[in-house]
Amino acid sequence: MPTVNPTRMELTRLKGKLATASRGHKLLKDKRDELMRQFLDLVRVNMSLRQRVEEGLKTANKNFALARAAMSDETVEVAFMASKQEIEVEVAPKNVMSVNIPQFTVKTRTSDESDIYSYGFAFTSSDLDDAVSSLAAVQADMVKLAEVEKACQLMAAEIEKTRRRVNALEHIMIPQYQKDIKYISMKLDENERSTQIRLMKVKDMMLEEAHHYKEKEEKKAAG
Amino acid sequence: MYRMAVLGDKDSIYGYAALGMEVCPVTDDAQASRKLRELAEGDYAVIYITEALAERIPGEVNRYREQMLPAIIQIPGVYGNTGAGVANVRKSVEQAVGSDILFSNN
Repeated sequence: MPTVNPTRMELTRLKGKLATASRGHKLLKDKRDELMRQFLDLVRVNMSLRQRVEEGLKTANKNFALARAAMSDETVEVAFMASKQEIEVEVAPKNVMSVNIPQFTVKTRTSDESDIYSYGFAFTSSDLDDAVSSLAAVQADMVKLAEVEKACQLMAAEIEKTRRRVNALEHIMIPQYQKDIKYISMKLDENERSTQIRLMKVKDMMLEEAHHYKEKEEKKAAG
Repeated sequence: MYRMAVLGDKDSIYGYAALGMEVCPVTDDAQASRKLRELAEGDYAVIYITEALAERIPGEVNRYREQMLPAIIQIPGVYGNTGAGVANVRKSVEQAVGSDILFSNN
């Protein structure tokens, strides 16, 4: 049973709300569709990047395991103790359909590629050099993966939220408003009809009072 | 300016030091959770975590899922690929679409 007041003011208010809700529904639906389109493109990129990175890391890990097997723990530890290279990321937020996704730009301290070898070559095996260079080869992809995967996660969350809102508007709020509006307009119509009938009745009674139609009719019948 | 970090068991991650990333070797779960939180709250934009470790502290890893920073990315460790990273991508698809329509066949 609707709990709204069947008044004209309430009707106007509800009609306004329905218009806003329908407009919001349409906008959110557009937002959801566009987000979904971009998400599906991005997630495919994400998957292929991930596969590539995992493949690269598999090789790197194998190389590191090999390198480690040939050297003592201390040697390896000392080799990586003082890293020459330092990596920094610049984060620029990018707005995609009101989702803020980060974009990473990597800055290394030195531009010299050989600076990834932070050790002298005397005590370490060449396996270690291979391992480090195989890891450096996937680095760019790893950063890209971080960017894309984060974007996917954020967009997925936003899509879920938007979808819920669209559904709530479509299946709960809009039907409820329509039902209330219908109830009020029916009630108002009914009130109008009952007033009309009452007026007609009153008019009849007043005419009867003034002209005594019934009595005249009876007299005529008797006479 | 933000930095990058790698979290996991020592054998899997020691090489990343050569690239200039911050290497955080951890052994037990409590220590790992604490370290991850410390990194996430600090100025680290990207945190790579081994799949094996991420599996042990899923709560901490998922806590930052819907925040812009940091990006916590799972990588395979030296003990093999558990497939958790790929599963994570599928999870995004499931969350967005409702079911995994893209990668369910491979």
